[in-house]
Amino acid sequence: MTELVKAQQLGITFGNRAVLKDLNFELERGSMTSLIGPNGVGKTTLVRLLIGTLQPTTGQLLFTPERQNLHIGYVPQFRNLEAEYPLSIRSFVGLNQLKSHLPWHTKDEKQALNQILDQTHLTDLQKTTLGNASGGEKQKAYLAQALISKPDLLILDESTASLDIETKEEVMSLVAELNAEQGITVIFVTHDLELARKYTDQYLLLKRGQYEMGPIAELDPNLELD
Amino acid sequence: MLTFDFMRHAFVASTFIAITCGLIGVFVVARNMSFLAHTLAEIGFAGASFGVFLGIAPLNGMLLFTMLSSVTIGQMSAKESRREASISAISSLFIGLGILFLSLSNQNASYATNILFGSIIGISLADVYQLMALSAVIIVGILLFYRYLVFDSYDPIGAQAQGLKTNLISIYFLILLAISVSIAAQIVGSLLVFILVTLPAFIAKYLAKSVPAMLAISVGAALLGVWLGLWLGYITNWPVTFFIATIEFGFYFLALVYHRHVSR
Repeated sequence: MTELVKAQQLGITFGNRAVLKDLNFELERGSMTSLIGPNGVGKTTLVRLLIGTLQPTTGQLLFTPERQNLHIGYVPQFRNLEAEYPLSIRSFVGLNQLKSHLPWHTKDEKQALNQILDQTHLTDLQKTTLGNASGGEKQKAYLAQALISKPDLLILDESTASLDIETKEEVMSLVAELNAEQGITVIFVTHDLELARKYTDQYLLLKRGQYEMGPIAELDPNLELD
Repeated sequence: MLTFDFMRHAFVASTFIAITCGLIGVFVVARNMSFLAHTLAEIGFAGASFGVFLGIAPLNGMLLFTMLSSVTIGQMSAKESRREASISAISSLFIGLGILFLSLSNQNASYATNILFGSIIGISLADVYQLMALSAVIIVGILLFYRYLVFDSYDPIGAQAQGLKTNLISIYFLILLAISVSIAAQIVGSLLVFILVTLPAFIAKYLAKSVPAMLAISVGAALLGVWLGLWLGYITNWPVTFFIATIEFGFYFLALVYHRHVSR
């Protein structure tokens, strides 16, 4: 396996506060990593460094291929869509089809959309307005929207946090399926250690000023995050 | 009705303005900017009055004021918690300025009425050409960055997550909105831009589930409103603005009833 991301002495400081310091890790292509740690430890900051909305104060992130040729799909934690949100699930997922400037979708784009809806088990729900969809259906639509741009790296930021146990399992097994079938590299930011153990193969644990990384089987069984 | 030049001019200008406002309105509603559009129109009132004061066309004064202020106003009302306060303060200031400029230019009250409530009947051919050109700028402006505008308007968090430059998109949109509001005010007046800039788009929101369908319905509702309004104004001699407002309200009411019925 080849590495997709490599962090070298990565650090970021806000004012006088060093949020992340001296992080060194590698994520291999096709790996599934849980990014865990207590609240406020810098998980979201690390995600923002990865997607490029923040720049490191020290060190660097090396991507293979280089960043501009690497596509990152990010599913943020909150979405803030109103109850009367009018778009259908199909239209919502298609928002991220940006390769063409045409106001209408081309035949190829429609096919790609059908394929993603099928993979994420949303075909039967595609005409439902997102405002009327359940929490799990919304989460799958967010996932499908990130996937439609064919990302090399998919980052799920607490995507299962507000879901019931059954739906959490459904979303995560879908992600695992995509990882196994298409080799998409996944970072799963979570507080749910049970899900992390079940669905990912390694962990990156951020602690204040320190970090730890290893195979998920070696994660301290007595670890408590909050 | 169309044998008269003044009605033909009104008809052509209204058609272009309705198409433009129908299109931009869908984005205004998606971005929760209805009241910002209204504030821009009030700034436009001050601009039009300033134009009268300087002796230039009110539309040019309006364009000047709305385009210069749009980005600042957008920033000031970006925070939801501050939006109402900012909008009240800005509206008051600019309506006050509008009254001042009109008073300094010694124009009679009918001038103020025209700017505030619209005066599409009687515009010159040169004005029609200018309105057509401005409409074309907005329509091309929307088409050029259509997918980015749609993504950022309907899912700003998702658009940001995918790395879109949402700040730039926002500024670009505000400038298009400033021009749209200025031309909408030519038909329905500064006080009533809601009629063309937001009501048709709200109607569309209740009836459609995709952006192209919303754009089509919104443009359709705006066109029907202005065409019927002009015709009714012509045969009754009542204000066109009144008819357009009533027609759009009627459509809105029906769309709302339909929406409630189907979502039950």
